[in-house]
Amino acid sequence: MARQPALSHGRGRKSRPAQAERAADLAPHSLDRLIHERTRLGIVSALAVADSLTFSDLKKLLRTSDGNLSVHARKLEEAHYVSCTKYFDGRQPKTSYRLTIAGRRALERYLDHMEALIRATRER
Amino acid sequence: MGPGSLCAAKFLTAYGAVGIFCEVSVVRPFRPRRHEPPTLHERAMEHLRFIRETMERASSFTAVPGWGLVLVGLTALPVSLLSGRLSSRESRLALWLAEAVVALLLAGWAMDRKARRLGVPMLSGPGQKFALGFAPPLAAGAVLTAVLYRAGLEGLLPGTWLLLYGVAVVAGGTFSAPAVPLMGALFMGLGAGAFLGPPAWGNLFLAAGFGGLHIVFGVLIARRYGG
Repeated sequence: MARQPALSHGRGRKSRPAQAERAADLAPHSLDRLIHERTRLGIVSALAVADSLTFSDLKKLLRTSDGNLSVHARKLEEAHYVSCTKYFDGRQPKTSYRLTIAGRRALERYLDHMEALIRATRER
Repeated sequence: MGPGSLCAAKFLTAYGAVGIFCEVSVVRPFRPRRHEPPTLHERAMEHLRFIRETMERASSFTAVPGWGLVLVGLTALPVSLLSGRLSSRESRLALWLAEAVVALLLAGWAMDRKARRLGVPMLSGPGQKFALGFAPPLAAGAVLTAVLYRAGLEGLLPGTWLLLYGVAVVAGGTFSAPAVPLMGALFMGLGAGAFLGPPAWGNLFLAAGFGGLHIVFGVLIARRYGG
Protein backbone atom coordinates (compact mmCIF):
# COMPACT_ATOMS: atom_id res chain seq x y z
CA MET A 1 0.00 0.00 0.00
CA ALA A 2 1.36 3.36 -0.95
CA ARG A 3 2.30 5.59 1.92
CA GLN A 4 0.04 8.59 2.15
CA PRO A 5 1.48 11.95 3.08
CA ALA A 6 0.53 13.04 6.54
CA LEU A 7 -2.09 15.73 6.58
CA SER A 8 -2.37 18.28 9.31
CA HIS A 9 -5.78 19.09 10.63
CA GLY A 10 -4.97 21.72 13.23
CA ARG A 11 -5.74 25.32 12.46
CA GLY A 12 -2.32 26.69 13.42
CA ARG A 13 -0.47 24.20 11.25
CA LYS A 14 -2.48 24.84 8.15
CA SER A 15 0.39 26.33 6.18
CA ARG A 16 2.81 23.45 6.78
CA PRO A 17 1.96 21.18 3.87
CA ALA A 18 1.85 24.16 1.54
CA GLN A 19 5.38 25.17 2.56
CA ALA A 20 6.65 21.63 2.30
CA GLU A 21 5.15 21.35 -1.16
CA ARG A 22 6.70 24.65 -2.12
CA ALA A 23 10.11 23.38 -0.94
CA ALA A 24 9.66 20.13 -2.79
CA ASP A 25 8.46 21.90 -5.90
CA LEU A 26 11.58 24.00 -5.99
CA ALA A 27 13.75 20.95 -6.51
CA PRO A 28 12.68 19.28 -9.71
CA HIS A 29 11.54 22.22 -11.82
CA SER A 30 14.02 25.07 -11.64
CA LEU A 31 17.10 23.15 -10.53
CA ASP A 32 19.93 23.39 -13.01
CA ARG A 33 20.62 19.72 -13.63
CA LEU A 34 23.77 20.57 -15.49
CA ILE A 35 25.62 21.77 -12.43
CA HIS A 36 23.70 19.67 -9.94
CA GLU A 37 25.96 16.73 -10.74
CA ARG A 38 28.78 16.47 -8.19
CA THR A 39 31.83 16.72 -10.46
CA ARG A 40 30.36 19.52 -12.55
CA LEU A 41 29.34 21.40 -9.41
CA GLY A 42 32.92 20.99 -8.17
CA ILE A 43 34.37 22.34 -11.42
CA VAL A 44 32.10 25.37 -11.40
CA SER A 45 32.67 26.06 -7.67
CA ALA A 46 36.45 25.83 -8.02
CA LEU A 47 36.50 28.11 -11.06
CA ALA A 48 34.31 30.63 -9.23
CA VAL A 49 37.18 31.46 -6.86
CA ALA A 50 40.18 30.77 -9.07
CA ASP A 51 40.57 32.89 -12.16
CA SER A 52 41.53 29.89 -14.25
CA LEU A 53 42.54 26.33 -13.45
CA THR A 54 44.33 23.78 -15.55
CA PHE A 55 43.01 20.30 -16.19
CA SER A 56 45.55 18.81 -13.78
CA ASP A 57 44.68 21.38 -11.07
CA LEU A 58 41.03 20.42 -11.34
CA LYS A 59 41.86 16.74 -11.35
CA LYS A 60 43.86 17.08 -8.13
CA LEU A 61 41.28 19.32 -6.57
CA LEU A 62 38.29 17.11 -7.29
CA ARG A 63 40.20 13.84 -6.88
CA THR A 64 38.74 12.37 -10.03
CA SER A 65 39.99 10.51 -13.07
CA ASP A 66 41.06 12.02 -16.40
CA GLY A 67 38.12 10.48 -18.26
CA ASN A 68 35.51 11.56 -15.75
CA LEU A 69 36.79 15.12 -15.55
CA SER A 70 37.10 15.34 -19.31
CA VAL A 71 33.49 14.25 -19.88
CA HIS A 72 32.04 16.63 -17.31
CA ALA A 73 34.20 19.55 -18.40
CA ARG A 74 33.07 18.98 -21.99
CA LYS A 75 29.40 19.13 -20.91
CA LEU A 76 30.00 22.42 -19.13
CA GLU A 77 31.87 23.73 -22.13
CA GLU A 78 29.02 22.77 -24.48
CA ALA A 79 26.61 24.66 -22.22
CA HIS A 80 28.97 27.68 -22.38
CA TYR A 81 29.39 27.58 -18.60
CA VAL A 82 33.17 27.27 -18.87
CA SER A 83 35.61 28.28 -21.56
CA CYS A 84 38.55 26.13 -22.42
CA THR A 85 41.95 27.23 -23.68
CA LYS A 86 44.58 24.87 -24.99
CA TYR A 87 48.18 26.00 -25.05
CA PHE A 88 51.74 24.77 -24.87
CA ASP A 89 53.87 25.32 -21.78
CA GLY A 90 57.25 24.65 -23.37
CA ARG A 91 56.62 21.33 -25.07
CA GLN A 92 53.85 20.27 -22.73
CA PRO A 93 50.27 20.73 -23.94
CA LYS A 94 47.99 22.21 -21.30
CA THR A 95 44.29 22.88 -21.01
CA SER A 96 43.00 25.62 -18.79
CA TYR A 97 39.41 26.35 -17.86
CA ARG A 98 37.75 29.58 -16.96
CA LEU A 99 34.22 30.25 -15.71
CA THR A 100 32.09 32.25 -18.15
CA ILE A 101 29.52 34.84 -17.15
CA ALA A 102 26.78 32.32 -17.93
CA GLY A 103 28.51 29.78 -15.67
CA ARG A 104 28.82 32.27 -12.83
CA ARG A 105 25.14 33.17 -13.14
CA ALA A 106 24.21 29.49 -13.17
CA LEU A 107 26.18 28.94 -9.95
CA GLU A 108 24.53 31.96 -8.35
CA ARG A 109 21.11 30.67 -9.35
CA TYR A 110 21.99 27.26 -7.96
CA LEU A 111 23.15 28.76 -4.65
CA ASP A 112 19.97 30.86 -4.44
CA HIS A 113 17.97 27.74 -5.10
CA MET A 114 19.69 25.77 -2.34
CA GLU A 115 19.26 28.66 0.10
CA ALA A 116 15.58 28.94 -0.82
CA LEU A 117 15.15 25.22 -0.14
CA ILE A 118 16.77 25.55 3.27
CA ARG A 119 14.73 28.64 4.11
CA ALA A 120 11.49 27.00 3.05
CA THR A 121 12.09 23.92 5.16
CA ARG A 122 13.22 25.96 8.17
CA GLU A 123 10.05 28.02 8.06
CA ARG A 124 7.97 24.89 8.51
CA MET B 1 4.19 -31.92 31.39
CA GLY B 2 4.85 -28.69 29.49
CA PRO B 3 6.97 -28.39 26.32
CA GLY B 4 9.93 -26.95 28.28
CA SER B 5 10.14 -29.80 30.75
CA LEU B 6 9.73 -32.40 27.95
CA CYS B 7 12.73 -30.87 26.19
CA ALA B 8 14.80 -30.98 29.36
CA ALA B 9 13.80 -34.56 30.07
CA LYS B 10 14.58 -35.87 26.58
CA PHE B 11 17.67 -33.96 25.54
CA LEU B 12 19.08 -31.84 28.33
CA THR B 13 19.70 -34.43 30.93
CA ALA B 14 22.48 -32.39 32.58
CA TYR B 15 20.45 -29.17 32.52
CA GLY B 16 22.44 -27.14 35.03
CA ALA B 17 25.89 -27.84 33.58
CA VAL B 18 25.25 -26.77 29.98
CA GLY B 19 25.57 -23.08 29.37
CA ILE B 20 23.64 -22.78 26.14
CA PHE B 21 21.06 -20.52 27.70
CA CYS B 22 23.64 -17.83 28.52
CA GLU B 23 22.73 -14.37 27.39
CA VAL B 24 23.67 -13.48 23.81
CA SER B 25 25.15 -10.03 23.36
CA VAL B 26 23.17 -7.45 21.45
CA VAL B 27 24.18 -7.09 17.79
CA ARG B 28 24.87 -3.48 16.94
CA PRO B 29 25.32 -2.22 13.38
CA PHE B 30 28.66 -0.60 12.50
CA ARG B 31 27.05 2.73 11.84
CA PRO B 32 23.71 3.98 13.10
CA ARG B 33 21.00 2.82 10.78
CA ARG B 34 19.11 5.56 9.01
CA HIS B 35 15.46 4.89 8.80
CA GLU B 36 14.57 7.88 6.70
CA PRO B 37 16.17 9.12 3.48
CA PRO B 38 17.87 12.53 3.74
CA THR B 39 15.42 15.38 3.49
CA LEU B 40 15.58 18.11 0.86
CA HIS B 41 16.88 20.47 3.50
CA GLU B 42 19.73 18.10 4.40
CA ARG B 43 20.61 17.56 0.76
CA ALA B 44 20.70 21.29 0.14
CA MET B 45 22.94 21.79 3.18
CA GLU B 46 25.22 19.03 1.96
CA HIS B 47 25.50 20.61 -1.49
CA LEU B 48 26.29 24.00 -0.02
CA ARG B 49 28.95 22.41 2.20
CA PHE B 50 30.50 20.73 -0.83
CA ILE B 51 30.56 24.01 -2.76
CA ARG B 52 32.18 25.84 0.17
CA GLU B 53 34.82 23.15 0.70
CA THR B 54 35.67 23.03 -3.01
CA MET B 55 35.99 26.80 -3.10
CA GLU B 56 38.25 26.76 -0.05
CA ARG B 57 40.49 24.12 -1.58
CA ALA B 58 40.64 25.94 -4.92
CA SER B 59 41.62 29.24 -3.32
CA SER B 60 44.20 27.78 -0.94
CA PHE B 61 46.97 28.32 -3.47
CA THR B 62 49.09 31.26 -2.44
CA ALA B 63 51.27 33.24 -4.78
CA VAL B 64 53.33 34.29 -1.76
CA PRO B 65 56.69 32.54 -2.05
CA GLY B 66 57.69 30.83 1.19
CA TRP B 67 61.42 30.51 0.47
CA GLY B 68 61.43 34.07 -0.86
CA LEU B 69 60.10 35.26 2.51
CA VAL B 70 62.85 33.31 4.28
CA LEU B 71 65.44 35.10 2.13
CA VAL B 72 63.85 38.46 2.91
CA GLY B 73 63.92 37.62 6.61
CA LEU B 74 67.57 36.61 6.43
CA THR B 75 68.50 39.95 4.86
CA ALA B 76 66.42 41.92 7.39
CA LEU B 77 68.20 40.48 10.44
CA PRO B 78 71.72 41.85 9.68
CA VAL B 79 70.18 45.14 8.56
CA SER B 80 68.46 45.59 11.90
CA LEU B 81 71.69 44.79 13.74
CA LEU B 82 73.66 47.23 11.60
CA SER B 83 71.01 49.91 11.89
CA GLY B 84 71.27 49.81 15.68
CA ARG B 85 74.95 50.73 15.44
CA LEU B 86 74.53 53.66 13.08
CA SER B 87 74.40 57.06 14.70
CA SER B 88 72.97 59.28 11.96
CA ARG B 89 69.27 59.13 11.19
CA GLU B 90 69.90 59.63 7.47
CA SER B 91 72.07 56.54 7.20
CA ARG B 92 69.59 54.48 9.24
CA LEU B 93 66.75 55.46 6.94
CA ALA B 94 68.87 54.89 3.82
CA LEU B 95 69.83 51.42 5.09
CA TRP B 96 66.21 50.42 5.70
CA LEU B 97 65.07 51.85 2.37
CA ALA B 98 67.80 49.86 0.62
CA GLU B 99 66.61 46.78 2.51
CA ALA B 100 63.02 47.46 1.36
CA VAL B 101 64.16 47.60 -2.28
CA VAL B 102 66.21 44.39 -1.91
CA ALA B 103 63.27 42.67 -0.18
CA LEU B 104 60.82 43.67 -2.91
CA LEU B 105 63.18 42.47 -5.64
CA LEU B 106 63.80 39.18 -3.83
CA ALA B 107 60.09 38.63 -3.19
CA GLY B 108 59.20 39.47 -6.81
CA TRP B 109 61.84 37.11 -8.15
CA ALA B 110 60.75 34.30 -5.82
CA MET B 111 57.07 34.87 -6.65
CA ASP B 112 57.79 34.68 -10.37
CA ARG B 113 59.82 31.50 -9.84
CA LYS B 114 57.08 29.87 -7.80
CA ALA B 115 54.39 30.84 -10.32
CA ARG B 116 56.46 29.44 -13.19
CA ARG B 117 57.18 26.20 -11.34
CA LEU B 118 53.51 25.63 -10.50
CA GLY B 119 52.34 26.67 -13.95
CA VAL B 120 50.24 29.56 -12.61
CA PRO B 121 50.37 32.90 -14.42
CA MET B 122 51.76 35.44 -11.93
CA LEU B 123 49.88 38.47 -13.18
CA SER B 124 46.46 36.87 -13.17
CA GLY B 125 44.58 34.93 -10.54
CA PRO B 126 46.07 34.71 -7.03
CA GLY B 127 49.16 36.83 -7.84
CA GLN B 128 47.08 39.67 -9.20
CA LYS B 129 44.67 39.56 -6.27
CA PHE B 130 47.60 39.68 -3.86
CA ALA B 131 49.26 42.61 -5.64
CA LEU B 132 46.03 44.65 -5.75
CA GLY B 133 45.58 44.36 -1.99
CA PHE B 134 49.26 44.65 -1.14
CA ALA B 135 50.26 47.79 -3.08
CA PRO B 136 48.00 50.57 -1.62
CA PRO B 137 49.08 50.22 2.06
CA LEU B 138 52.73 50.09 0.91
CA ALA B 139 52.24 53.31 -1.05
CA ALA B 140 50.67 54.89 2.05
CA GLY B 141 53.69 53.70 4.04
CA ALA B 142 56.06 55.39 1.60
CA VAL B 143 54.19 58.70 1.92
CA LEU B 144 54.07 58.48 5.73
CA THR B 145 57.79 57.68 5.84
CA ALA B 146 58.57 60.93 4.03
CA VAL B 147 56.16 62.92 6.21
CA LEU B 148 57.40 61.52 9.53
CA TYR B 149 61.04 61.86 8.53
CA ARG B 150 60.57 65.50 7.57
CA ALA B 151 58.77 66.18 10.83
CA GLY B 152 61.68 64.65 12.76
CA LEU B 153 59.48 61.83 14.05
CA GLU B 154 61.61 58.94 12.83
CA GLY B 155 61.00 57.21 16.17
CA LEU B 156 57.52 56.43 14.81
CA LEU B 157 58.85 54.83 11.63
CA PRO B 158 59.27 51.23 12.90
CA GLY B 159 55.66 51.14 14.15
CA THR B 160 54.37 52.73 10.92
CA TRP B 161 56.30 50.32 8.71
CA LEU B 162 55.28 47.22 10.64
CA LEU B 163 51.65 48.29 10.91
CA LEU B 164 51.22 49.24 7.26
CA TYR B 165 53.16 46.23 6.01
CA GLY B 166 50.84 44.09 8.16
CA VAL B 167 47.80 45.82 6.63
CA ALA B 168 49.25 45.20 3.15
CA VAL B 169 49.78 41.50 3.84
CA VAL B 170 46.31 41.07 5.38
CA ALA B 171 44.67 42.90 2.46
CA GLY B 172 46.69 41.03 -0.16
CA GLY B 173 46.26 37.70 1.56
CA THR B 174 42.50 37.90 2.07
CA PHE B 175 41.90 35.37 -0.72
CA SER B 176 45.14 33.54 -0.13
CA ALA B 177 46.17 30.70 2.16
CA PRO B 178 45.18 31.33 5.81
CA ALA B 179 48.84 31.61 6.89
CA VAL B 180 49.28 34.83 4.87
CA PRO B 181 46.64 37.03 6.58
CA LEU B 182 47.71 35.56 9.91
CA MET B 183 51.26 36.73 9.28
CA GLY B 184 49.88 40.16 8.37
CA ALA B 185 47.90 40.33 11.60
CA LEU B 186 51.02 39.51 13.61
CA PHE B 187 52.91 42.29 11.79
CA MET B 188 50.12 44.66 12.76
CA GLY B 189 50.42 43.50 16.38
CA LEU B 190 54.17 44.15 16.32
CA GLY B 191 53.51 47.59 14.81
CA ALA B 192 51.17 48.43 17.65
CA GLY B 193 53.79 47.15 20.08
CA ALA B 194 56.45 49.36 18.48
CA PHE B 195 54.21 52.42 18.94
CA LEU B 196 53.56 51.56 22.58
CA GLY B 197 57.14 50.53 23.45
CA PRO B 198 60.12 52.85 23.95
CA PRO B 199 61.65 54.28 20.72
CA ALA B 200 64.94 52.54 21.50
CA TRP B 201 63.25 49.18 20.89
CA GLY B 202 62.34 50.12 17.32
CA ASN B 203 65.10 48.04 15.78
CA LEU B 204 64.18 45.09 17.93
CA PHE B 205 60.59 45.20 16.68
CA LEU B 206 61.80 45.53 13.09
CA ALA B 207 64.09 42.52 13.53
CA ALA B 208 61.26 40.49 15.09
CA GLY B 209 58.88 41.41 12.27
CA PHE B 210 60.83 41.69 9.04
CA GLY B 211 63.36 39.09 10.21
CA GLY B 212 61.61 36.64 12.55
CA LEU B 213 58.06 36.58 11.19
CA HIS B 214 59.26 36.36 7.58
CA ILE B 215 61.49 33.39 8.35
CA VAL B 216 58.90 31.51 10.45
CA PHE B 217 55.99 32.05 8.05
CA GLY B 218 58.24 31.60 5.02
CA VAL B 219 59.14 28.09 6.16
CA LEU B 220 55.49 27.36 6.98
CA ILE B 221 54.22 28.57 3.59
CA ALA B 222 57.02 26.81 1.71
CA ARG B 223 56.24 23.50 3.38
CA ARG B 224 52.47 23.67 3.14
CA TYR B 225 51.84 25.56 -0.07
CA GLY B 226 54.36 24.35 -2.57
CA GLY B 227 57.43 26.51 -2.07
